[in-house]
Amino acid sequence: MKKKITLTKYTRSSFLTYGLVIAAYVILQSMVLTGSITSSLKGMLVPICAYAVMAVSLNLTVGVLGELSLGHAGFMSVGAFTGVIAAIALEGIVPMGWLRLVIAMAVGAVFAAVAGFLIGIPVLRLKGDYLAIVTLAFGEIIKSVLNNLYVGVDGDGLHFSLLSDRTGLAAGGRMIVNGPMGITGITKLSTFTAGFVLLMLTLFIVFNLVNSRTGRAIKSIRDNRIAAESVGINVTKYRLTAFVTSAAMAGAAGPLFAMNYSNIIANKFDFNTSILVLVFVVLGGLGNMLGSIIAATALTILPEALRQFADYRMLIYAIVLILVMLITNNPTLAAWTQSARDKLRRAVGRKKPARTPAEGGDGHE
Amino acid sequence: MSKVKLVPVPSGSVIPERDIDKTPILETHHLGIDFGGLVAVDDFTLTIGRTEIAGLIGPNGAGKTTVFNMLTNVYQPTRGSILLDGRETRGLKTSQVCKLGIARTFQNIRLFSNMTVMENILVGLHDEMSYSALTGILRLPAFYRSERIARERAMELLSIFSMEDTADAQAGSLPYGAQRRLEILRALATNPSLLLLDEPAAGMNPSETEELMENIRRIRDMFQIAVLLIEHDMNLVMGICEGICVLNYGKVIAKGDPDQIKNDPVVIEAYLGKKGAK
Repeated sequence: MKKKITLTKYTRSSFLTYGLVIAAYVILQSMVLTGSITSSLKGMLVPICAYAVMAVSLNLTVGVLGELSLGHAGFMSVGAFTGVIAAIALEGIVPMGWLRLVIAMAVGAVFAAVAGFLIGIPVLRLKGDYLAIVTLAFGEIIKSVLNNLYVGVDGDGLHFSLLSDRTGLAAGGRMIVNGPMGITGITKLSTFTAGFVLLMLTLFIVFNLVNSRTGRAIKSIRDNRIAAESVGINVTKYRLTAFVTSAAMAGAAGPLFAMNYSNIIANKFDFNTSILVLVFVVLGGLGNMLGSIIAATALTILPEALRQFADYRMLIYAIVLILVMLITNNPTLAAWTQSARDKLRRAVGRKKPARTPAEGGDGHE
Repeated sequence: MSKVKLVPVPSGSVIPERDIDKTPILETHHLGIDFGGLVAVDDFTLTIGRTEIAGLIGPNGAGKTTVFNMLTNVYQPTRGSILLDGRETRGLKTSQVCKLGIARTFQNIRLFSNMTVMENILVGLHDEMSYSALTGILRLPAFYRSERIARERAMELLSIFSMEDTADAQAGSLPYGAQRRLEILRALATNPSLLLLDEPAAGMNPSETEELMENIRRIRDMFQIAVLLIEHDMNLVMGICEGICVLNYGKVIAKGDPDQIKNDPVVIEAYLGKKGAK
């Protein structure tokens, strides 16, 4: 009997998230189709999806694994560049735009996973603050490498060069990545629907991973590393699993984000972007995927909505951020929402088994 | 090589009669560890029978928990060897030692406190399940099959301490005694052949301790495993241990059955005499 309750408890929270994301998609998409959406909001739909995927994927590292990563945008840029290169290189071979986008996201995910694996090996030897700082460093390294990368395509295939353009393209070849100039002339393949599908896929992967033996192993390392080792959990393996999965999903978000614009540069994915995504995760709640999505959405729209304040825009943005953080972490408010939730539950008349009193105090729920 | 005449040395092993024909579950030979210049444990030789309940006692700071940490390879011993079921464990990781059959609890409780009671046990059952991460993500039939078996097994384990009702509670929210019991169950979930208990009765009142003694015996009989426990509660130690090893300043000062230990003048001087028998 009991085990059923445990299963439904998990599925309930994940189905709520799926449901809300689907509902938001249906509403927004119908607004787009009927033309009742402002053009600025319409332009933000794809970045919102990309940032939501970023936030959910970073939440796997920060909320579930419990390690602070400050270089998440680095994986996004690896995905963006490799994915877009693949999409451009395949322009003549694969005519369908959506298929090229899917290939771009898959390529981005694979390359970001490889980057995550290579970076993860040295980084995951560290813990806590040290790990955070080293991820920051790797994020910057990725940015520098991409800033000095030259890639071209001609009849013979892809040509790579670092530091300066020595790709030696044949006549008629096309320069794809032009060092600090980044990639220009991208065909805008990203659509809101593609973003929605990727977000749903990311949620599916994260929820199912977290509620499996692999996810429990990852959470056990977060809660108590020594105890996890003592019950036979291979700490290195599962930390790497979480890190690489997180990187791969960020890598898939890269092409989605990049192919919403006509050009993209490596500096777009700098430290500020990593911090922005971290803010989504912290604001939404560690381990709370729905919270991450809501925070990513709200904080992407907010700067645009504040445009009327002109010069004071970022000031107000910062103040709003501080206020939201203070309010969401207010114990009085938390107690109030908890009691309201209990009352609601009683009103609905759902019989719940007796719970231990300390359960309500968990801010992660 | 010239032949050296070997002098027979008394091993000092104490094993219950019933286990004498079988390979001991644990043999340590002259185990020692230094921290910098400090010799924390030296010349620790101990043998534990397959179904023995053994005690490791000694004053505070004697090196008891250090021995546990060496047995589970949290610390790599500086000297000596550990044979688990006749197999050398040198160089293995803590997680690999667990897979070979040593499970432990901790002096300061180390539960996965943000996870539920059920999840804590399921982490212990990690190796009982074999589906891959991808199978878990794709929710293939193997996932459901494996999870169902594991959850049933977890409920069986919880029933040992009648804790089925707490399965969905957060582990960190359990009362102290229940947390200690959960830690033992989590260790048992790994299917150990040797269970190390680090001060299982710490913070318990006499009636709880009495119950714990009963439970340790019951677990040993149910699972047919060996138990090595560190404990300061002399009633518990003398009540359930078949063999006792006394450690002081990192050295074994006495080994024997409870009666021998109780009457050993060295032990009385080092431990019971000065601290006073509880």
